[in-house]
Amino acid sequence: MADTVVELRSVTKRYGRNTVLDAVDLAIERGEFLTLLGPSGCGKTTILRLVAGFEAPTSGEVWLEGKDVTDLPPNRRQVNTVFQSYALFPHLSVYDNVAFGPQLAGARADDLDRKVREALAKVQLDEFAERRPNQLSGGQQQRVAIARAIVNRPSVLLLDEPLSALDYKLRKAMQIELKQLQRQLGITFVFVTHDQEEALSMSDRIVVLDAGRIQQIGPPRSIYETPANLFVAGFVGEINLLPAQVRDVGDDGLGIAIEGHSMRLPKATAIKTVPHAGDAVYVGVRPEDLRIWREVEVTDDLRPTLFPAVIDEVIYKGSTVDLQVRLRESGTRLSTTQFFNEDDPAITELDFASGERVYVSWVPGWEVVLPHD
Amino acid sequence: MTDQVASALHDDTGGFRRVAIGTTWFWLLLFALVPNLLVIVVSLLERGEDQFVRLAFSLDSYARLLDPLYAGVFWSSFRLAAIATLICLVIAFPFALGVARAPLRWRPALLALVVIPFWTSSLVRTYALVILIKTEGLLNAALLGMGLIDEPLEILYTELAVVIGFVYTELPFMVLPLYAAMEKLDWRLVEAARDLGAGAWSVLWRVLVPLTLPGIIAGSMLVFLPALGMFYIADVLGGAKELLIGNLIRDQFLSARDWPFGAAASVVVTVLMAALIGIYSLSQRRFGTKGAA
Repeated sequence: MADTVVELRSVTKRYGRNTVLDAVDLAIERGEFLTLLGPSGCGKTTILRLVAGFEAPTSGEVWLEGKDVTDLPPNRRQVNTVFQSYALFPHLSVYDNVAFGPQLAGARADDLDRKVREALAKVQLDEFAERRPNQLSGGQQQRVAIARAIVNRPSVLLLDEPLSALDYKLRKAMQIELKQLQRQLGITFVFVTHDQEEALSMSDRIVVLDAGRIQQIGPPRSIYETPANLFVAGFVGEINLLPAQVRDVGDDGLGIAIEGHSMRLPKATAIKTVPHAGDAVYVGVRPEDLRIWREVEVTDDLRPTLFPAVIDEVIYKGSTVDLQVRLRESGTRLSTTQFFNEDDPAITELDFASGERVYVSWVPGWEVVLPHD
Repeated sequence: MTDQVASALHDDTGGFRRVAIGTTWFWLLLFALVPNLLVIVVSLLERGEDQFVRLAFSLDSYARLLDPLYAGVFWSSFRLAAIATLICLVIAFPFALGVARAPLRWRPALLALVVIPFWTSSLVRTYALVILIKTEGLLNAALLGMGLIDEPLEILYTELAVVIGFVYTELPFMVLPLYAAMEKLDWRLVEAARDLGAGAWSVLWRVLVPLTLPGIIAGSMLVFLPALGMFYIADVLGGAKELLIGNLIRDQFLSARDWPFGAAASVVVTVLMAALIGIYSLSQRRFGTKGAA
């Protein structure tokens, strides 16, 4: 078994009648970058506060480094938090903010100075030691908050939407920096965010939460490519959901009726719960997995296997062109992302026009089959 | 058209502002500045035999204040006011913290409890204290009844009684500014301190006290300054044994009829208070720039 740092054992948290976490079990491994992802109110911040010790679970246990810490106050847990608002002490200099933890731990003067300077150097704030927090930019305050936490060498660093107050460019830069810092320090990071892109690009594992329950745990790739249910599929990335009917379940795959077509989906298709014949399901396809065929590209043998469609909207995105299309038969709307392709002269220019009649397909096996919730 | 309306409105508020500010200025001039100037003038005159004062310049009254006897009066006044301030702070700090952390809907009620005593004259409340703490009073009766003490406590007409009176009367003036400071406090800073390993004591000294310092100073001024001047509490509860500045000044005007000396004592107290307020506003300004995050 992997080396577990934090463990939630059947943790339930209620505020009055409102259940924020419902019997959550979660094991966080040493050294991993784990992201808690979900919409606001899903319980992700509550998990963080339970691990930090600011909240006590209504029932269940919180374990840290193999010890039950459910009743231990925050100051006696080897865990530090980077707060969403940074929560820097306004009456202390940057240096004293960072020195706060080591001082309380009783660090000796020379040792303290070395630790603080080291932590400030890690976040490139050596020159700002004597400033006050309100004399720093948002990004710099963010770095102080990180330095103040990592200087204590916690077993686990908890980050509560730390990048949400930063502008887009700075956020991107900090994402990379945080990831590097985590690798350098080898500290377990538990990162809370509602930004799925952030979660995908930074995490070793993602925990997708909704309504106080864990919907799926896994590496970013499996979360994106094989979502466990409709919620995860819809929350993480964009997805087109096509209603379909299962005809038969055979060794060679799944026979379905979809949009007036019959299709055979290969067995490789990631299916968490194997449907039975007659089940109504959704077939989910990511926008970038949909291929758009122009009229000139389609041969007569190819035509029956494609879904005829009409382009509603063409959205130029720089590196891609997003097309909103409508299936001609059912009127189902799909969004697709087309990449500029040097090798395919027909679509190199991607000069689609709205109202153009096209065909849609995807490579069987790239879809996910999801049961109705 | 709209411009005309706007400018008319503007003129209107301008007129109102002038009247409102003018009234206040007039009031302060007539009832604060002029009397104070009179006191200063009187303090620089000589005592008269038949009139209250003789129109002759003299620094005699100030010289007399240097007498160790009066220095002792100043000292014990400051001491008692300081003790009362400290006790108020120790009582009010946890209370204000509790109110600031209480659910929003309870806070008005909790603050009302602090304000309710103001509905009764403080002189009446001071006499009520006598009934509580006198030798045959309710406090002694209760303590004796419970068998906690064998002999009644002699509190009334001691320094302790005066301090109790000060604390009782002045406590709300400590609670309210402390509450105002704590309500503004970002509680996440306390969480951050806890997260970084601070126990209750460290949270108090490293976060709560520094961040509520303006409230602590304001409350201390509001308790300390009036405590210096209140004479009836020393009279009623101290049995007039304890001579404080307030009593000294009153006696000079009403019984000793030495107006220049009373005025001089009064001027010295005013200057000391002004100095304290000056220090306070300086510290406010320093803290204000720091806290403007």
